[in-house]
Amino acid sequence: MSTTSPAIPATEYEPPRRSWYKRNEIAVTPWLFLAPAIFFFLFYVIFPIFQSFNISLYDWDGLGEARFVGLGNYQELMDDSAFEVSLWNNLKWLVLYLLAIPAGLFIALLLNQTVTGIRLYKSLFFFPFVISQVVVGLVFTWFYDPTFGLLNAFLGVFGLGPVNVLGDPTLATYGIIAAGLWPQTAYCMILYLTGLNAVDPEQVEAARLDGAKGWKMLWYVIVPQLKPATFIAFVVTIIGALRSFDLISIMTNGGPFGQTRVLSFYMFEKALSEYGFRMGYGAAIAVVLFLIMLVFIAYFLWSMYNEEKGAR
Amino acid sequence: MRSMIKTSLAAFGLSAVMAGGAFAASHSLSGDLKIFLDTSNPAPRATMEAMIAEFQEMHPDLNVETTVIDREAYKTQIRNFLTAGAPDVATWYAANRMTPYVKAGLFEDVSDLWEDPEIAENLASTKGAMTIDGKQWGVPYTYYQWGVYYRKDIYDELGLSEPANWEELKANCQKILDSGRKCFTIGTKFLWTAGGWFDYINMRTHGFDFHMQLANGEVKWTDDRVRETFAKWRELIDMGGYIDNHQTYSWQESLPFLVNGEAAAILKGNFAVAPLREAGLDDSKLDFYQFPPITEGVELAEDAPTDTFHIPANAENKEAARAFLKFVVSSNVQTQINNGENLGQLPVNAMSSVDDDKFLNEGFTMLSQNSPGGVAQFFDRDFPAEMAAEAMQGFQEFMVFPDNLDDILARLDKVQERVYGN
Repeated sequence: MSTTSPAIPATEYEPPRRSWYKRNEIAVTPWLFLAPAIFFFLFYVIFPIFQSFNISLYDWDGLGEARFVGLGNYQELMDDSAFEVSLWNNLKWLVLYLLAIPAGLFIALLLNQTVTGIRLYKSLFFFPFVISQVVVGLVFTWFYDPTFGLLNAFLGVFGLGPVNVLGDPTLATYGIIAAGLWPQTAYCMILYLTGLNAVDPEQVEAARLDGAKGWKMLWYVIVPQLKPATFIAFVVTIIGALRSFDLISIMTNGGPFGQTRVLSFYMFEKALSEYGFRMGYGAAIAVVLFLIMLVFIAYFLWSMYNEEKGAR
Repeated sequence: MRSMIKTSLAAFGLSAVMAGGAFAASHSLSGDLKIFLDTSNPAPRATMEAMIAEFQEMHPDLNVETTVIDREAYKTQIRNFLTAGAPDVATWYAANRMTPYVKAGLFEDVSDLWEDPEIAENLASTKGAMTIDGKQWGVPYTYYQWGVYYRKDIYDELGLSEPANWEELKANCQKILDSGRKCFTIGTKFLWTAGGWFDYINMRTHGFDFHMQLANGEVKWTDDRVRETFAKWRELIDMGGYIDNHQTYSWQESLPFLVNGEAAAILKGNFAVAPLREAGLDDSKLDFYQFPPITEGVELAEDAPTDTFHIPANAENKEAARAFLKFVVSSNVQTQINNGENLGQLPVNAMSSVDDDKFLNEGFTMLSQNSPGGVAQFFDRDFPAEMAAEAMQGFQEFMVFPDNLDDILARLDKVQERVYGN
């Protein structure tokens, strides 16, 4: 009986050979999870940026041989009146589109109360943001229509002559921006409505005891607390203004005679539309647009970075 | 194995394929035949599908696959699919519109088809439009006339008759204006409609050859003769002959002015007839006249845009594709697909019969007997794409602000230098 070895379990723990992955799990796993996103981001976002820079140095119709022209495309841009018009229009969009922020704030303040059916009113005000830009464009095109449009019927009541907003080269861009402000205001409104929920009632109460009301209350107590909402509204509005394309395409198709084009639309016309296949020239316009956007993107990133540093 | 059968059958097919009735006898084509169409509107689509079904029936061993692409989207997609994943047959347009693809070597040279007397003789009228560098790059399948479609009842009411020259056209216009209507409706939002007006006034003032010289960049836009054309055009603009605010409307949106009797006529292709009839203008109210001569002695030339079929250079089943092209232009098929119930346009084959339709008949007579100057394709098909885009934008501006002409022409000269310089 005692000859057999005792059936006791091995008491000494021998650690198994751990794999390389196990040893580095903590450090590697996040990168594994990030890998697909990084890969696609590099391939679909970063790489095309450099590709655009590269193409903008060539004269290429997308079919035949590309011919290197150096900065020739940019030189031509400097001298292109259509490009100049587009650039100015982009500026108009940037400045006027910002009106959506105060407008959104005031609608939000108006709707931030408890009345029967307030949810219905809120959703009605939010409605233009939900519908497609294409529909917004069509609706405003009909609204502006010189022969049967509501706008002219309305102006007629006051004895004002008919205006062809979209057919007048000086007015058309403003007409389109007004159409764009409609959904954009709704967007800013919803941002402010959520922001208003987070306003501290005690601070409001305290301010009230100190005798603040009306504009002063709004400017010194409410608006500072809405700073995060304002920042987001600013970001989405600037980006929205630079991305404006659908409305222009639907409402005027860049016309009359190219006076409502913006950079993105001009790039499309030159590089991808029915009549133009100047890939290099289009890419050069895209690069200019990218550089303009870069200014804003840098600013946004910088202020977000500062915010986070402050929070720490 | 399969490819062996395919090649042997194809070789057999080549000898068996003949135009017209001989088709029924050939059962020799096999493999896949991929066809890309841009005929996305309901009526043309149905016509094309019926025609392809008939071709399929004749060649049961052939597997025909048809893809219909939206007409506008097609214009940009063609660049992609010709280079990668090419079909065996694709629709496109004649003349300068096919130049980029011919130059890039993406269309198959089909001059061999045009040597066949069946095609050479019967399609002679469109051969020029299919020819680049002395070779033919496709076959036409339909074309249509342009001209003035007018409200006969309004003309009768005012006691007007079809104008025989420019002065009469203007005199008519004055009477129409006096009756509180506009002479011509037009919608220039998408620019090309104005190209039709320039085509006609320029061809009537200086003739077809001059027009083509301009298209080929041999004449400057600031040339005095071009200015004369614009001066003629301006006469109509200054009278107030066109509807107001035309820059805001598409051509479809410009039709109600004609239907409601607010404008008396429209310069347009025959495709405008269908929507106008649908809107209630029957043949007693709607009529057609050829654009009248302007300069005496200048031979009349017409716009007649031609739609075409091509074989991409990268196609896989070129034998079947050639058979299909022959089938499409054969006289029976041409009669069938162009009749009033189908495309409602003119057949390209001289042996085909034109459907008994007032406008098709007038158009056919006009193009075959009264267009000695030549047949143009249309402004944006005859001029290189980039030139056309800039010029048509200039036309729109001119129609709204005629005083900007100098500025416009200087701009066009600049574009011309770049486009033809390369």
